Amino acid sequence: MSLTTIDWLLMLVYFGFVLGVGYALKRYTRTSKDFFLAGQNIPAWVCGLAFLSANLGAQELIGMAASGAKYGIATSHFYWIGAVPAMVFLGVFMMPFYYGSRARSVPEYLRLRFDEKTRAFNAFSFALMTVFSSGISMYAMARLLGVLHIFDAPVLAMGLGPQYIFHASVLLSAVIVLAYVLLGGLSSAIYNEVLQFFLIVAGFLPLVYLGMRDVGGWEGLRATLPAAFVHTWRGMGSPETNPMGVEVLGLGMGLAFVLSFGYWCTDFLVVQRAMAANSMSAARRTPLIGAFPKMVFPFLVILPGLIALSGGLIPFKAGTTERDFDLAIPVMLLHYFPPGMLGLGLTALLASFMSGMAGNVTAFNTVWTYDIYQAYLNKTATDKHYLMVGRLATVFGIAASVLTAYVAAQFNNIMDVLQLVFAFVNAPLLATFLLGMFWKRTTGHGAFAGLLTGTAAAALHHGLTLPAGAIAGVKGGWLGVTHTYYSEMAQNFWTAIDAWTVCFVVTILVSFITRPRPDAELTGLVYSLTPRQDDGETRWYMRPAVLGVIVLAAVALLNIIFY
Amino acid sequence: MGLDIRLPIGMMFTVIGTLLSGYGLVADRAIFDRSLGINVDLIWGGFLLMFGLAFVIAGRRADGRPH
Repeated sequence: MSLTTIDWLLMLVYFGFVLGVGYALKRYTRTSKDFFLAGQNIPAWVCGLAFLSANLGAQELIGMAASGAKYGIATSHFYWIGAVPAMVFLGVFMMPFYYGSRARSVPEYLRLRFDEKTRAFNAFSFALMTVFSSGISMYAMARLLGVLHIFDAPVLAMGLGPQYIFHASVLLSAVIVLAYVLLGGLSSAIYNEVLQFFLIVAGFLPLVYLGMRDVGGWEGLRATLPAAFVHTWRGMGSPETNPMGVEVLGLGMGLAFVLSFGYWCTDFLVVQRAMAANSMSAARRTPLIGAFPKMVFPFLVILPGLIALSGGLIPFKAGTTERDFDLAIPVMLLHYFPPGMLGLGLTALLASFMSGMAGNVTAFNTVWTYDIYQAYLNKTATDKHYLMVGRLATVFGIAASVLTAYVAAQFNNIMDVLQLVFAFVNAPLLATFLLGMFWKRTTGHGAFAGLLTGTAAAALHHGLTLPAGAIAGVKGGWLGVTHTYYSEMAQNFWTAIDAWTVCFVVTILVSFITRPRPDAELTGLVYSLTPRQDDGETRWYMRPAVLGVIVLAAVALLNIIFY
Repeated sequence: MGLDIRLPIGMMFTVIGTLLSGYGLVADRAIFDRSLGINVDLIWGGFLLMFGLAFVIAGRRADGRPH
């Protein structure tokens, strides 16, 4: 594919603004609080959109459309039951403890609530996970740019071989993200996430419109696709009767509860966006504001997959009869967009990759600096020193992501891999947080033992089971296969359920035999010991609980419509 | 925060909208066969231009007010 001048021009405008925003924010980034917490000075709507966009990286746009083409509209479960309820819970119930405890990160909350070892465990596993995610983001982008031959012309013109196209793509995204995060820290990342949010809507809305018009609307999709692809709940009674190969219990407990709450309520990558808000009230509204667009995003990111499938647009993998679902979005862009819009669509895609990466990098540099460096390596340095460490950590984090990008090259469905990582790290963590925030008897030893055994349980479950048709190894079964799931997704859901349950039970048992901290030390950290706060918000539509109820009702309605 | 975010967003979409709709005006009609015969560059570019201008205006107004 050859891009025309107008496409390159639009892309350059975006790159120019991204770097310009970083540069403009440089003068406001003087202290470590400015760099890591955006000075806690960001209005709620900006945090809300950033909260949504930080998660809107490669795994969303490419992975969700791929899943849409692979599993149908049921993929919207990842949004409607797999995100929105958890976002509401975070805003209404959990945010007061994150924001109110004065912790600067999720691991730091764990230290305040429990102890040093629990924090260390979370800090290290989280740091690893962010680097892994951002590497996957980078890999996905480089691969996509390679398949679409976007950088072929410039790279070949420089006299370099075709293998340099991948290297050039990785390098380009790394350098741009590095530049704007170094300049403006979290503010810069948040501003660019919001920029990216609008770009994605601007690039994808016309795509969905044209695609739907072409296939004859929703009725047209229903006529051309199997019934299971246009229903979210029908056939969920048994793994044999739906394309996802999952059943209601795995879906309800695995996705809607453990994975969803585990990610949205405890993952510092998203929580950090809310913690940057300018007041408690704004912090609580952040995930709720994000939930509104989240609810309708399936129409923007999953529908293109269904349209591509209906139109028979998805190409086969080279030399196989297996369709390459990850190409659903790119082939849609190429099929429907003329020069001009094509440039805008590709820019939106690039923007999502980069901000997904930046989200991980800003979370990584904060956890590295506050929870690893300041906690264990150098406790008493000046603020200026920590700011410098944060900037170094940014460089290091991006370098490590580049490395991961090359490792990630062997996985085929990005979403499944990420789900697996979340199952290992976030699933047990959810049990720790729920017990820590809502049961004052929970002890540090209990939390730590729970996290260890929960993560081990995830690994064990993954090692003993295998999705149908897969070969033992990275997909599971490396300890021997005791159970075969209908799909990789079902396996992931149950890995998460397993990890959560083990962590929950072990934390409770160990807490009972160890000594709890006195109540006085837990004020502001535990629900029952914290006085109800009035955020001074009198306008009803600004109240978290009211917003939460509205969002949940709307989501319930969507589920009924697309039953 | 010192910089109202609506300013850079608005400016970016003003530039993008101008380029896109301008291109849609002069481009050969044949390229719009892909987009079902709709001049999506002109229509959507025009919309993005208006959106961009609205954000610039909103951002400037807010910036004028004391914080």
